[in-house]
Amino acid sequence: MTTIKTTAAPVRQRGIEAARARQAIWLILPTMIAIVLVAGYPLYRTIFFSMFDANLTSPDQRTFLGLGNFWFTTDEGVALGFLQDPKWWGAVSNTLLFTVVSVFLETVFGMIIALVVNSAFPGRAFLRTAMLVPWAIPTVVSAQMWAYMYNDSFGLIGRGLLGGTALLANPTSSIWAMIAVDVWKTTSFMALLILAGLQSLPSDMYEAADMDGASKWTQFWRMTLPLLRPALLVALVFRSLDALRVFDIMSVMVGNVSAARLSMTAYARQALIDNQLLGLGSAVSIAIFIIIMVIVVVYVTAFRVKFD
Amino acid sequence: MYLKRTNPTLYYLQRVGFYVLVVVITLYLLVPFLWAVLTSFRKAGDLFLQPLQFMTAPSTLGNYADVFANPNFRLGLLYSLITAVGAVAIALLFGSFAAYALGRFKFKFKSAILYIVLAVSVFPQIAVLGGLYTLINSLNLYNNPGGLILSYLIFTIPFTVWVLTSFVRDIPGELEEAALVDGASPLQTLFRVLFPVMMPALVTTGLLAFINAWNEYLFALTFTSTKRTVPVVIANYSGATQFDQPWGQIMAASIVVTVPLIILVLVFQRNIVSGLTAGAVKG
Repeated sequence: MTTIKTTAAPVRQRGIEAARARQAIWLILPTMIAIVLVAGYPLYRTIFFSMFDANLTSPDQRTFLGLGNFWFTTDEGVALGFLQDPKWWGAVSNTLLFTVVSVFLETVFGMIIALVVNSAFPGRAFLRTAMLVPWAIPTVVSAQMWAYMYNDSFGLIGRGLLGGTALLANPTSSIWAMIAVDVWKTTSFMALLILAGLQSLPSDMYEAADMDGASKWTQFWRMTLPLLRPALLVALVFRSLDALRVFDIMSVMVGNVSAARLSMTAYARQALIDNQLLGLGSAVSIAIFIIIMVIVVVYVTAFRVKFD
Repeated sequence: MYLKRTNPTLYYLQRVGFYVLVVVITLYLLVPFLWAVLTSFRKAGDLFLQPLQFMTAPSTLGNYADVFANPNFRLGLLYSLITAVGAVAIALLFGSFAAYALGRFKFKFKSAILYIVLAVSVFPQIAVLGGLYTLINSLNLYNNPGGLILSYLIFTIPFTVWVLTSFVRDIPGELEEAALVDGASPLQTLFRVLFPVMMPALVTTGLLAFINAWNEYLFALTFTSTKRTVPVVIANYSGATQFDQPWGQIMAASIVVTVPLIILVLVFQRNIVSGLTAGAVKG
């Protein structure tokens, strides 16, 4: 880093600006190198291998398939592309269900908690602190905690509330059990972001509304919600993206094999790592990447989200 | 406020309803964690007890003793610490350079770089998993904390750059101008003038990045086989047989991993809320 030196004091303003621009390049360089190395190059390799048949342990021996990893039927009528695999579409629909339901519930519960914490009452500081607890707990740990509560012979929920039902053993009920884990873990995050938005709203506006006789209910729908929209949308985008790449909860609670039916990421990882199919796994990864990018574009254009 | 005079019954009914809601929220947020804490202090044989008897059953530190006697868990703590500290240190160093440039300098492609950084921070990790795997293998970093540190840069660097840039923008320009007039180089300005001012931001950003690195599971599961970090150890914690789930020990291990985070979060809670909202990046 000793290469950064200001040359003899430039006299003209433009000289200073050019020198500063050169210095900025040096300052930004380590970050750009790191991003190219850990994000750019691996992404390029994933795109590249998605068009090949290759094994994870010997990526150099590969055969070109074009789009064969996505869609290919052999002469005997055997479907090899993952887009022809019902298990993939099961993982997609479960992930979408997981995302839509959990983000919706997190937003509603987060809003309720934020509104409660935003009002004055004794014990408010305690509740504000308690909010941080689920957020601070690692996802793997919260998945294990809930797996224990869902357990049919020991669990508070599995045995206590449901009288010995193994919620996680059944694919239909397990996705709902996992949504509950995600909602518990991330509602606090939503509540924190919404609370920060609530606290930036001017209080005199509410005083005026009180004077005019608007009920709290009207105030919420007519004033609070529209004003919170920008903050809420940014939080929604980030939470949706996070939920779409869910993996930890499924992997921990039901293992990687069953998780591949529930989460897109788990499906891709199973192909890529467990089955060592570098080409097929990369193709699935690219599909996930495209799905997520499309959702980002839809969000950003439909709601005109601004990130500043 | 008028309600108290005009219709006291409705007023008190509303207050009671509000406090019921507060109690429900508090229980919802805390009970799963407190139940895990309780279980970590119970003998394996007591797990069958009904909830009330379970709560009053005698406590034991046996699970904690077992967990710390487990070499995988002890080493896991060490590997987690090395990995998270390494990834965060590099990210803070690189990130503060980049944030200084992005927040203070004018140059071509600045907004393009900011968008690239933002795009990488919302990247699905699976999109780079295969590429990173072959890269880590060819660098001989498989099953090595170095490989994990490298891969964790994909989320720690964009996060620190993004949050620190918004902090650097808010620092008054006079500080830096004074240093420039005195003939300080950009690095001197950064280390001597801006770092002291940025300290709270660096602590917050570092802490949030540390939590993300400490909790990471997908890369840790994929890029290591024996040198596991704690999330992977906890996810695969098994007893004497494959079908025996030692819940008491799993909960004890979970508490050991979580309590330091909770303490850090409670100590720095004001900074964390401001860091989360400044960046509004994933939590």
